[in-house]
Amino acid sequence: MTVEPGGATTAAPHTYEALQPDQPGGLVQLLTPEGERMEHPDYPLDLTAAAIRDMYRDLVLVRRIDTEAISLQRQGELGIWASLLGQEAAQIGSGRALNPDDMVFPTYREHGVAWCRGIDPVKLLELYRGVSHGGWDPKEHKFHLYTIVIGSQTLHATGYAMGIQRDGALDGDRGEAVIVYFGDGATSQGDVNEAFVWASVFNAPVVFFCQNNQWAISEPLEKQSRIPLYQRARGFGFPGLRVDGNDVLACYAVTKKALQAAREGQGPTLIEAFTYRMGAHTTTDDPTRYRLASELEVWKLKDPIERVRAYLVRTGQAEPEFFAAVDAEAVQVGARVREACRTMADPPPLSIFENVYAEPTAILREEREQYAAYLDSFEEAGR
Amino acid sequence: MTTLTLSKALNAGLRKAMENDPKVLIMGEDVGKLGGVFRVTDGLQKDFGEDRVIDTPLAESGIVGTAIGLALRGYRPVCEIQFDGFVYPAVDQIVSQLAKMRYRSRGAISLPVTIRIPCGGGIGAVEHHSESPEVLFAHTAGLRVVACADAADAFAMIQHSISCDDPVIFFEPKRRYWDKAEVDTVSGAANALPLDRAKVALDGTDVTLLAYGPLVRTCLESALAARQGGPGPGGPGNGHSIEVIDLRSLSPLDMETITASVRRTGRCVVAHEAPVYAGLGAEIAARVTEQCFYHLEAPVLRVGGFATPYPPSRLEEHYLPDLDRILDAVDRTFGY
Repeated sequence: MTVEPGGATTAAPHTYEALQPDQPGGLVQLLTPEGERMEHPDYPLDLTAAAIRDMYRDLVLVRRIDTEAISLQRQGELGIWASLLGQEAAQIGSGRALNPDDMVFPTYREHGVAWCRGIDPVKLLELYRGVSHGGWDPKEHKFHLYTIVIGSQTLHATGYAMGIQRDGALDGDRGEAVIVYFGDGATSQGDVNEAFVWASVFNAPVVFFCQNNQWAISEPLEKQSRIPLYQRARGFGFPGLRVDGNDVLACYAVTKKALQAAREGQGPTLIEAFTYRMGAHTTTDDPTRYRLASELEVWKLKDPIERVRAYLVRTGQAEPEFFAAVDAEAVQVGARVREACRTMADPPPLSIFENVYAEPTAILREEREQYAAYLDSFEEAGR
Repeated sequence: MTTLTLSKALNAGLRKAMENDPKVLIMGEDVGKLGGVFRVTDGLQKDFGEDRVIDTPLAESGIVGTAIGLALRGYRPVCEIQFDGFVYPAVDQIVSQLAKMRYRSRGAISLPVTIRIPCGGGIGAVEHHSESPEVLFAHTAGLRVVACADAADAFAMIQHSISCDDPVIFFEPKRRYWDKAEVDTVSGAANALPLDRAKVALDGTDVTLLAYGPLVRTCLESALAARQGGPGPGGPGNGHSIEVIDLRSLSPLDMETITASVRRTGRCVVAHEAPVYAGLGAEIAARVTEQCFYHLEAPVLRVGGFATPYPPSRLEEHYLPDLDRILDAVDRTFGY
């Protein structure tokens, strides 16, 4: 793991261009924006062509799902959508690095990680359509519910990791670890800093995966930190590193290694995935009010999908038929998500009263009965 | 039967819970070697180890947030918040996370977390050490809120709270920690009332006096004083026979026990240390009025803290409802 020596206290070089991989504190990068494969001494990676093609497929499909969801929101089928556009590599790379028993604590934007955990994208839409607060069973997928309050889930992840320790489930490859996602804005939250303290002093097996997408709604990174975010870890006493968040291979490699370290009892790691939110914060946001279009154009050149495609083509690891098949599958997945969303039924009114407590209280039963009778009175009146 | 202080009874109850279920953990500030600032966890770390009795970093949101994570992993954490006024940094974790998880997950997740909070005033403390924030939590769906008033109930209720599959906010009357009572430490929890039931602490016929936590003792003393006041006007309480009910559960409320009493007595007074304004007494008064309207001889009256922050401790005797203020309210119910 790389811990930056020395204490940089001046404003950091926060641009991608200033973070050349060969510089101290530079990005861990295994695939350049042009699709050129790089080697890194700390992160040797030997993936098969099939595995890289699978990641390419993941990237394309989750982007398609995201695009579909934005359209559904525009057409009134979803109340809101938080787009992952631009962050596909950070999510697929880290998501594919997980073992089946590892536990994930997401924010509300981890659609790519959800995909890696086998969650039907339609389930994600339930939350944004207002049909449920989360449609999947967190235990079945080892993927917790989306957390909307910023940073709260970092403490849940740390506590869960403390449970792994108490269960004696730290056992190298066969062991379990936790990964928790959050953004650059979240690093200012008390809960995130408390989670760092807890994870550090208890040496908890948790990987803090920060997607630094440069923007917390309208606030640029400079409003959150004067030092690079990965350097925060040093003050808490555990390793931090910065990875090219648009490089799926690098995200995979650094996450794999950090999770393995956690499973071997080496405690937490902070990964700062340096990426860019190419879309709006959510469909209610208007980024033209606070950032320049030219910034987006620069980041388009570092697109997380294009570089994988370029690499596969250049090295002859994928034929045109492969790309055509992925594109066709994306169309199919999009159509299925669209249809499922449009036909998704509202829950019955009286389900409001379910699952507040293990058993309904007398007061809840009374309210439910009164409201049921009230609803019935309309039916009787209509007869 | 064993004579125990309320603090020792809680300690014995925690010990029983830890013996009965290896998933029970205790976590908080100074709960280990020190045994907590009120010694409620005294000796538990020595006997159960540092993995089960966890001295945490000093951050309340962290305590509750990591307890949620441990509960997601199958543990039953018991968090100690050192003082009532220190719970506010944990309110997001309690209100937005802990309380809602079962609902959000449509029943897939249970969070059996107990949060112990020493509450109330009367110990001459500096500010933030004497508050009664129970209504914040009673207003939050998904939480159970309970308050013990004596050692026997403390022993049973802490065990019931820990074995409950819902999150429980457990208020401890800190000025009563040293009050002694007979506790059945062998079968006490098994024979005790369920967690969500109120109990009639003293039978009476003229007026129902509702209290919880530290004011149960004050109300019992008021009721006895009223009886000794003798019949006729002039004496304290005017010789009225006051029925005292210890609510025990603040959310949900045991309206069945409350209304059964008020229908017999026709009068109702609610006492709590928390401010009267938008306090638990308001909810009780509204429900009693709705459910016992034709039995009431007088409006439901409330006695409690003023609509002010908790005052400096040299003034707390004016702020806290005492015997005279409670009996004054009782007397007023006979003026209608």
